[in-house]
Amino acid sequence: MSRPRAVVIAGPGTNRDHDAVQALELAGADARTVLASELVDRPNLLGDTQIVVVAGGFSYADSLGAGRMLALDLIIGLGDRLQEFVGAGRPLIGICNGFQVLTRTSLLPGALGHNAQGRFDCRWVVLDTVPRSKCVWTAGIDDPLHCPIAHGEGRFVHPDPDSLAEAGQIALRYRSTNPNGSVADIAGVCDSSGVVLGLMPHPENHIVRRQHPHHRRGGGGPRHLGLRLFENGVRHAKAS
Amino acid sequence: MVAPVAARHRLTIRSIDADPRATAFCAGARHLGLPPIDGLSVADLVFVDGQLSAEELGRLHGVLVDPLLQRGSWELPSTAGVEITRQPGVTDSDADAVRHLARQLDISISAAATGTRVEFPPDTDPATADEVIARLVANPIIERWVDGTIEPHHPEGAAAPTTHQTVAIRGLDAAGLDRLNVERALYLDPEELTVIRDHFEVVGRDPTDVEIETLAQTWSEHCAHKTFRAIIEATGGPDGPVTVEPLMSQLRNCTEQLAAPFVRSAFVGNAGVVEFTKGTTIALKAETHNHPSAVEPFGGANTGVGGVIRDVLGIAHRPIAVTDILCFGPADLPLGELPDGALHPSRIREGVIAGVADYGNKIGLPTVAGAVLYDPAYTTNPLVFAGCIGTAASRPLHDGPNKGDRVVLLGGATGRDGIRGATFSSATMDATTGEVAGASVQIGDPIVEKLLIDTLVGAEDLYTAITDCGAGGLSSAIGEMAEAIGADVELDLVPRKYPGLAPWEVWLSEAQERMVVAVPPRSLGALEHRCRRIGVDIADLGEFTGDGRLVVRSGGVVVADLDTAFLHDGRPQRRMSAALPSPNRSEPTGRTVDDPIAALLALLAHPNIASKAATIHRYDHEIRGTTVVRPLIGAAGDGPADGVVLAEPAAKTGIAIGIGVNPWFGLHDPEAMAFAVVDEAMRNVVAVGADPDRVALLDNFSWGDPRRESTLGELVAAVEGCCAAAFMYGAPFVSGKDSLNNEYVGSDGARHAVPPTLVITAVAHVPDADRCVTPDLAGPGNALVLLGPTSTEFAGSHLDFVVGAPKQRGVAPAPDPDAPDRYRNLHAAMQAGLVVSCHDVSEGGLAVALAEMCIAGRLGARIHSLTHDDVATALFAESMGRLVVEVEPTSLPAFNRVMHDQVHLIGEVTESGALELAGIGDIAVSDLADAFNSAAEIGDGAVGGSR
Repeated sequence: MSRPRAVVIAGPGTNRDHDAVQALELAGADARTVLASELVDRPNLLGDTQIVVVAGGFSYADSLGAGRMLALDLIIGLGDRLQEFVGAGRPLIGICNGFQVLTRTSLLPGALGHNAQGRFDCRWVVLDTVPRSKCVWTAGIDDPLHCPIAHGEGRFVHPDPDSLAEAGQIALRYRSTNPNGSVADIAGVCDSSGVVLGLMPHPENHIVRRQHPHHRRGGGGPRHLGLRLFENGVRHAKAS
Repeated sequence: MVAPVAARHRLTIRSIDADPRATAFCAGARHLGLPPIDGLSVADLVFVDGQLSAEELGRLHGVLVDPLLQRGSWELPSTAGVEITRQPGVTDSDADAVRHLARQLDISISAAATGTRVEFPPDTDPATADEVIARLVANPIIERWVDGTIEPHHPEGAAAPTTHQTVAIRGLDAAGLDRLNVERALYLDPEELTVIRDHFEVVGRDPTDVEIETLAQTWSEHCAHKTFRAIIEATGGPDGPVTVEPLMSQLRNCTEQLAAPFVRSAFVGNAGVVEFTKGTTIALKAETHNHPSAVEPFGGANTGVGGVIRDVLGIAHRPIAVTDILCFGPADLPLGELPDGALHPSRIREGVIAGVADYGNKIGLPTVAGAVLYDPAYTTNPLVFAGCIGTAASRPLHDGPNKGDRVVLLGGATGRDGIRGATFSSATMDATTGEVAGASVQIGDPIVEKLLIDTLVGAEDLYTAITDCGAGGLSSAIGEMAEAIGADVELDLVPRKYPGLAPWEVWLSEAQERMVVAVPPRSLGALEHRCRRIGVDIADLGEFTGDGRLVVRSGGVVVADLDTAFLHDGRPQRRMSAALPSPNRSEPTGRTVDDPIAALLALLAHPNIASKAATIHRYDHEIRGTTVVRPLIGAAGDGPADGVVLAEPAAKTGIAIGIGVNPWFGLHDPEAMAFAVVDEAMRNVVAVGADPDRVALLDNFSWGDPRRESTLGELVAAVEGCCAAAFMYGAPFVSGKDSLNNEYVGSDGARHAVPPTLVITAVAHVPDADRCVTPDLAGPGNALVLLGPTSTEFAGSHLDFVVGAPKQRGVAPAPDPDAPDRYRNLHAAMQAGLVVSCHDVSEGGLAVALAEMCIAGRLGARIHSLTHDDVATALFAESMGRLVVEVEPTSLPAFNRVMHDQVHLIGEVTESGALELAGIGDIAVSDLADAFNSAAEIGDGAVGGSR
């Protein structure tokens, strides 16, 4: 298989679908945005799709809790089709609002609450990949990844983070600064199979060196690109 | 308390962990000097009306409450509390979401609403509680609250006449016309009313309310720019009384005479359009939204951003970035000094910033460039400037509408939003009061506008003309499009938020997130399909007729039939008088600074100069992945950039945005101020790597009442300064906007006007986005060079704010005729890779510029020679045209050659960790950074519009 087909799911108010498509294309996939409503009308689209991204943004304006309305649309509109998709070992990633959506489906553990400091925050962070993680998106990446966060409800909450660590489901941790009060500095978690990743930061906004705020000062560089997550996803899609 | 309606269910939702809003309210109370309210708690309320089974309530609970984050209960709370809901008619997108999820869950409800509940600690005295609610939590303009449990109202309650009325104007004398003017709040000039009366006497009938309101809108200052189009008799100038060419013509002529090859469209349509590189056009526009932001800061700023984004969409470009320039009163103003009826500056600031952040973040545009200014004069007149730029593949500008095209309305439903609230002020009923409030302020819905962008970008071939619904609503949108060609529309086809709207209300409503497009019949189906797919409402209201008449129907009945020629050309030109200022330009006065180091630290901590990080981090400036130079830069990401640069990840070229604003110069010399802010905007883009010969400018004037001759004189002088600067730099103005009458009459009858506030936005071409330059020092041993001469120019300087101003302020900074060549040479040096870092010299002078470069690079600097023998002048004067440049020693000869030796070598970059000022003293860079960042968390303690 040359270039795997990727679908970026967007609800009303999703706004980083464009960025996710760019990242996937650069990582070697053929990507396009598909509206949740279109996917509900034509769920068979998932059949010939190898990668799915639930993109970031403000679906339904975050009304009544980030991600809840779009999650409801997907649960009611798609039934178990997303479960079947990942059950077949195909990679699924939820970024920011997409992460919030997936925690409201049964696909990812935990929940995302208001940032501890109480407001939307946009800044660059450093992410450590967790060596023992079973996540296929971070597999083999030893270097810290650099990318921005841009969210108001990114505080990861889970009753038993140790059990997540035991199960290898913690994929990414904030290094040095925990920007939102997430438990155990958790920035990204995967499902028990490792093919579904949810994370609050935006790797799709660090796909070329020039995007790094320190690129003129020798900061960043290829090893720290968020693009590497998408390259992993594409690699896994090709293998599976 | 109102008795509960039958079958109303209310869910109270509490956060398990501390609710950030509660923390913010407590901090806000501290900030305002109110008694502590620690222990206060906040809960969300969801109201659903309908006959619901326990099982259905359970399913709603399952979606509305996340068990890991929240606890929810359908029981009425037993404890005391204050509950707040939106006034009826005010946009409540959370309620829309409740209806959506009920539909999804197949649960039938008749109505939905949301609210907030605040519970004070038991020992809180009632006065404090009231103060907290009124000052921090709720705003009566859009919300109402009760002690105990609240019952939301729905606007269906309040009906209004749904027919049109005739307005008797024929035969009225001056007094009668004046009465009519007041009764209908038309705000027309006597001459204009006379012309309207005479017109209808010729027509042989009286106008309808729809017609008179349409004329009042179209001829309003906001839409017609009467002052900028007026014939002005000016006195006080060097040559005695003169007749000044209308200000708008001056700016337009200046652009025409410059004849810059890259200008595609200037001063027509919704925004200016330039083409720096073949194949891509850039649309740029900046707007003001001052009065709404003073009344309801969140909604005012929110819809200000939404409006300017629609301006760019309204000239068929995809919006790519947002800018904001905000002017507030002092955040630490003691409550006792706050004028009656005014919101506290910290409340206004928090609401405005939250409003900008909410719209920009949710619609998915990076909010990149901007400024935040503080001055006591802005306490009762906060200013909010919002800008937007967009891009499109080059194509001929739309030249429609054509005869037979359909008049098509896209986007949100229409309510009483934005109809002059004063018109309803006699109403007293609760629900109607809500209508009034809903009428006088608007709350945006960025998601609807996001969908409009998705619908319209890529649909450029489906329409022949497009404009946004802004001031005047449909009356000005359709009225402008119908100019010369005419249109015939049916108001009953306009989607409504609720029933009971009178025809003229539908016609004038400024409900947000609406666009009007002229669509050839053959393209209508394709556009409707697009709208269905994306989820945007579309309504075909009628057609462009070609008979030159604007015909409006309601239920088939003609409620307006106006000659578009009269509507657009019938207004008599206004004649005004101006008294030109006579600024001191001949007698400079110096300053004596006993402790320059203390002065520098004080300047860095001054709210106008100190870090704006607390604001900037609340804006998503990363989305789209195009932000190459960010508003904050450097080793610790806390250095202030001059301009910002946007570039697509794979593109070689970029777009730079720079801002210039300095009202304090304007108090002394409005003409010099205008020149200085153009110069500052130019330097901001040149400093980051833009080509000074490919710069387009926007002008935004926020002024006091122009009927005051001195105020108009300052405006005339400022426009002269703008044109002179544009000519000198070869940078054309392509669009502009004026907001006049920014005045507030205190309870003592005294008038408070804003200082002359001119915001210049420069949008420029960056030939190589990989060669952008920022102010952070990078290489110990590198040379530091000052470009541009320094003079004893202190009038309006920030030094005067921190060490006190002498009686004789001296002169404001004067234009530097050598600046254009200096910028061209600097750009050449940057393109040749000779510049390591660069920073413009503005507020606080050279000392602040050097300090900011040290902070940004976390490196020291040794300054061995100053360029003026007077230390105060050398360090703190704000002479324009100056930049500090870091150059590698090996590059210095080449750099000097490119600059034709017009450089002053003033020092070098060091690792000493200090800024060393020879003969003055050393300051640790960490101390500089602490002073600069001391105010960085001022954002805390104020409260955001939580939606």
